[in-house]
Amino acid sequence: MFGSETVHSGRGEEILEVLQLLVSGLANGCVYGLIALGFVLIYKATEAVNFAQGDFMMLGAFVTLGLTNAEYLDLPFWIAAPLAITIMAVLGYLLDFFILRHLFGQSQTAVVILTIALGFVLRFVAGLIWGHEPQTLESPLALGDVQLGGVVLGMADVAVIVVTFLLTWSLYQFFQRTKLGLAMQAASQNQMAAYFMGIPVRWVQGLIWGLAGATAAVAGILFASKGAIDPNAGLLGIKAFAAAVIGGFGSLPGALAGGLIVGVIEPFAARYLAAGYSQIAPYALLLAVLVFRPHGLFSQVRVKKV
Amino acid sequence: MRIHFKTTYEQDIRLFPDLWTACVYGALILLAFALPYLINEFYIGEVTNVLIWAIAGLGLMLLTGQTGQASLGHAAFLAIGCYTNTILIEQGLPFIVAFPLAGIITGVVGAIIAIPALRLHGIYLAIATIALSILADDIIVLLEPWTGGVSGKFPEMITVFGLEIERWTMPTRFYYLVLVVTIICTLFYRNLLRSPLGRAFAAVRDSEVSATAMGVHIARTKATAFGLSCMITGWAGALMGYYAGTFNNETFSIVISITLLMMIVIGGLGSIHGAFFGAVVVAFLPQGLSILKDGLIGGGVAIPGLETGVFGMILILFILFEPMGIYGRWLKIRIWFELFPFARKDMFRRQKSYLKTERLR
Repeated sequence: MFGSETVHSGRGEEILEVLQLLVSGLANGCVYGLIALGFVLIYKATEAVNFAQGDFMMLGAFVTLGLTNAEYLDLPFWIAAPLAITIMAVLGYLLDFFILRHLFGQSQTAVVILTIALGFVLRFVAGLIWGHEPQTLESPLALGDVQLGGVVLGMADVAVIVVTFLLTWSLYQFFQRTKLGLAMQAASQNQMAAYFMGIPVRWVQGLIWGLAGATAAVAGILFASKGAIDPNAGLLGIKAFAAAVIGGFGSLPGALAGGLIVGVIEPFAARYLAAGYSQIAPYALLLAVLVFRPHGLFSQVRVKKV
Repeated sequence: MRIHFKTTYEQDIRLFPDLWTACVYGALILLAFALPYLINEFYIGEVTNVLIWAIAGLGLMLLTGQTGQASLGHAAFLAIGCYTNTILIEQGLPFIVAFPLAGIITGVVGAIIAIPALRLHGIYLAIATIALSILADDIIVLLEPWTGGVSGKFPEMITVFGLEIERWTMPTRFYYLVLVVTIICTLFYRNLLRSPLGRAFAAVRDSEVSATAMGVHIARTKATAFGLSCMITGWAGALMGYYAGTFNNETFSIVISITLLMMIVIGGLGSIHGAFFGAVVVAFLPQGLSILKDGLIGGGVAIPGLETGVFGMILILFILFEPMGIYGRWLKIRIWFELFPFARKDMFRRQKSYLKTERLR
């Protein structure tokens, strides 16, 4: 596994194995984190949760695949990727424009159920267009491995980690520094007050759905570079939920941290726990966080004083 | 139009508002009992399926429609009901004892699970229940000595007072069993709504702050709602096990949870009728679709995910254009005719609410 290198002590081998698990966990965790970013973006600005975010990611991956792969449009990857991101952003905006905007003023539960239904529909449509067989994206990121002192890193893993950190940082800056980002936060904190302050709340919400679509496309491209995708890949979104909840649903760095935690726990649980218990680990952690710290590790909730 | 002039509280909480309504529902029950003489055995099986889904729907309706807590994990409680019932019967208990007990055990488990979950609301509760639904699958596999794991279980033949009931060989008897359970559950639900507890549920749904001010203990009420909801769901689960004939860890998947929630939304949240209307849609949609598909593109072509996709689209249309569901539409049509020239367009207009964050900074 580690090439021709001979590792002398058993202890050194163990450390290398732990490092290897850690790195692959981090790379997976970044994908969860990216999907969780999408949840958090929408939650931060519209106070609703998009249960279809995982399916957005799947769709983003398939759109890129449809543009890049030889049997479809056969465009160069570096043209196809930005195009796919744009398409997904437009799709996100249009979804808001045609569907979610009409729910304005309805309960959160209605939005939850609607987005779940949307996920079903997206999965069905993707299955109709691209079929249900797993397919691989012909991505330049998927080529080659990097060897760092005995730890083997896939190029895709490195790309995933770098892109995720850059994206999280820039989104964080966007929400903290720019006028539009602040307007988005205001629109969620108090819709009516935001109206009075002259913020075009509906338009802002449309933009945030577009942004979430673009983020999902990035996540999809990275995920597809790591392995095969099929229309059910969107179910990964459930693990991203765990990530978002652990991070505290409303904090962008929290979402990333939550994703990394879930991602790292998985390979270690698979390695050190008995079979059958390992796949429970992320959900057990999710439930534990919900019970003991209901608003996540990076909580933004303060008790309202009357 | 019938006008109910109420002079006492007893009149307000009567089971049926007037004689006409009582007659209508009486006739409906008579029709249900006469059904096996009217249609053939295949359709009796389908109607049984509708009734089982309706019981499960009533269970979730109590929680979501009545108390306002969305649960995406009710398939887990279907599973608990189903497995408990089968295991109890295997232990030698008669059906007439094991079946009610299965529901009660499911209810107690539900109430215990609800206690930590009650600190959560809105989306957090939905996510916690999703996790529950996923965990149920793995836990069933882990508890293999009791649950049979991946290979699953077969429920034994039901014997009630020496009368044997089986789903395949005697669909009519099984239909009557399910019908009786449905009627009991519906009456239980209806009577619950007339009791102080039912009113407390509605108060919690409409405003937790006002409910507290009225002296309703929020946490206790929610836990009770969860328990009662799980109890009914557990019975539905046990019947579902008999209906399917065999079940394993994948029978009660998260898709069932989601279907259940979508079903009561399509039917109409917060009404008993809604659970039944939704059940009709869920049970007959696959057949309707396959007939439609055979007509349009010829038989033999399988489109995976077609049912859930179409179901999703129907649901989106309902949430956009008729948030009150099928029952809401029926109510609107009825009132339009009752009031004939005087019905106004805005009669069912809901007040819009503006969202505020739960995160304060």
